[in-house]
Amino acid sequence: MRPDTPNAPQSDEHKQDPRFKTAHKEAWIGLALAIFNFIWWFGFAYGLGGRPVEEYTYILGLPDWFFWSCVVGFILMSIITVVLAKFVLTDMPLDDDPTYHPNPPNFSDKPAQKGPKS
Amino acid sequence: MNIGVLIPLIIFLIAIFAIGFIASKQMGSGGSFLQDYFLGGRELGGFVLAMTMVATYGSASSFLGGPGTAYTVGFGWALLAMTQVVTGYFVLLVLGKKFAILSRRYDAVTMIDFLKARYNSPAVAILSAIAIIVFLFSAMTAQWVGGGRLIESLTGLNYTTALFIFAVSVLVYVTIGGFRAVALTDAVQGAIMVVGTLILLIGVIIAGGGVPAILQDLLNENPRLVTPFGADGSLTAAYVSSFWILVGVGVVGLPQMVVRTMSYKSSRAMHRALAIGTIVTGFIMLNMHLIGIFARPVMPGIEVGDKVIPLVALEVLPSWLAGIVLAAPMAAIMSTVDSLLILVSSAIVKDVYLNFIKPDAPEKKVKILSFGITGVLGIIVFLLALQPPDLLIFLNLFAFGGLEAAFIWPIVLGLYWKHGNKYGALLSMITGIGSYIAIHFYNQEYGNLLGVHTVTIPVVLSLIAYILGSLAVKREPFRF
Repeated sequence: MRPDTPNAPQSDEHKQDPRFKTAHKEAWIGLALAIFNFIWWFGFAYGLGGRPVEEYTYILGLPDWFFWSCVVGFILMSIITVVLAKFVLTDMPLDDDPTYHPNPPNFSDKPAQKGPKS
Repeated sequence: MNIGVLIPLIIFLIAIFAIGFIASKQMGSGGSFLQDYFLGGRELGGFVLAMTMVATYGSASSFLGGPGTAYTVGFGWALLAMTQVVTGYFVLLVLGKKFAILSRRYDAVTMIDFLKARYNSPAVAILSAIAIIVFLFSAMTAQWVGGGRLIESLTGLNYTTALFIFAVSVLVYVTIGGFRAVALTDAVQGAIMVVGTLILLIGVIIAGGGVPAILQDLLNENPRLVTPFGADGSLTAAYVSSFWILVGVGVVGLPQMVVRTMSYKSSRAMHRALAIGTIVTGFIMLNMHLIGIFARPVMPGIEVGDKVIPLVALEVLPSWLAGIVLAAPMAAIMSTVDSLLILVSSAIVKDVYLNFIKPDAPEKKVKILSFGITGVLGIIVFLLALQPPDLLIFLNLFAFGGLEAAFIWPIVLGLYWKHGNKYGALLSMITGIGSYIAIHFYNQEYGNLLGVHTVTIPVVLSLIAYILGSLAVKREPFRF
């Protein structure tokens, strides 16, 4: 957060839990997804919906702005979350498990007999 | 009142009862009592996790108030309601695995356990406990009033009797079954919400002669009903967008949501839950609000918003189907109330009693106390709901946004920013709640400041307070 003090000095003495790297990445995905969701929702709602009512077209009976913003937007977010859940997010043990090493060479200080390779 | 409507409602109550009993039988299968009673032993699978999050979050306003407003305002309100889709994935992804891992490491059973371990500060824990008990207790009472009123209007019983039926059914399964009963009944209640929504949507569309015909009726009445700006053109983009904070991303600071993100069994459960949660939330919000809009040409002239859904269900459906549909708002209220009850109980037993009064209380005493406090709380809420005091109604106004402004940064930045500390957390919580109350009064008097919902500015101020407080006093990085 403070650009004048990079993380390097203290992370030498204190090793971060290897699972947190993945967890941090997934939290950023959550934030990015929310921003994308907002832009889609806002763009279609007020971009298309801001026209005079006479110019609206209707898709499945619903006004076009609403159809794109809320119906397609919702279906799109559903598909994205299913893809995320199936293919992107990483499975990991949640209990503290000293034998879990996604990157075994970096953790030579702990007993690493049982990595995911075994 | 039609007996055909009552039968499905009675079956619904009996089913919920039965599930509560089954859940209570599962208790004590290993692990500590506290984990079991207040967190379901961290055993929630993907489906139950998703449903308990949706059902806890979706309350009377999703089924009665929201669609009622959509009836008056038109598509603009459905647009606003769809800001809630984000809650389905955002809370689980952002708190995510780091929160699940740390809460296990700290052996945290409540949100406050996490805050206490993260900030190592009794002041943070006490302030949080007070905020949760005061605000959520008021919110719970307001929901009970809603539950009683709904039974009253559906059955024709008087309010006291209706409230009594509602109170007894919730109280019994929550007290004996704890969090697990809450989560399991939430899953069933969530399923009922989905089914009820679908049936009513189909019924309304048929009664209105198809979507294009309904839209034509709306256009003939008032073309603004199909714009994003509301029937009188007063819904601004800024105001509607600010609901992204109140009912969207800000939900990440609500204790009843936070506690659920530490209750799941495995990372796979969390992955499944965020997909299911997004789909179910979106489905319910989209369709319930469309029902509200479509109801307008089908049944014009309803004055009280909350009555739109019950009246329309009775109008367009055969009575037994209407009974099933009207079990949905009932389920929504119950599933919110049960979650708040077990949460307030955990704040008293775990966060106040065990943390500050008697940390070494024997397990047997903790057990009796947990059942006792949950039961007594329920009885107090029942008595208060008979004639709700003005103070509770007043406090309930701040329960949602106020808690979000208080907790969002201490939780999220506490999790991801190592320089966050107790000074920042305290300052942030005080700023959040204080400015929320101040801005609430300002907005009431002079109209919305900057044209956005009350919650917006306090969330920004509490962010600034968190950063300033954390950096100003002592800069010592926290080691996760």
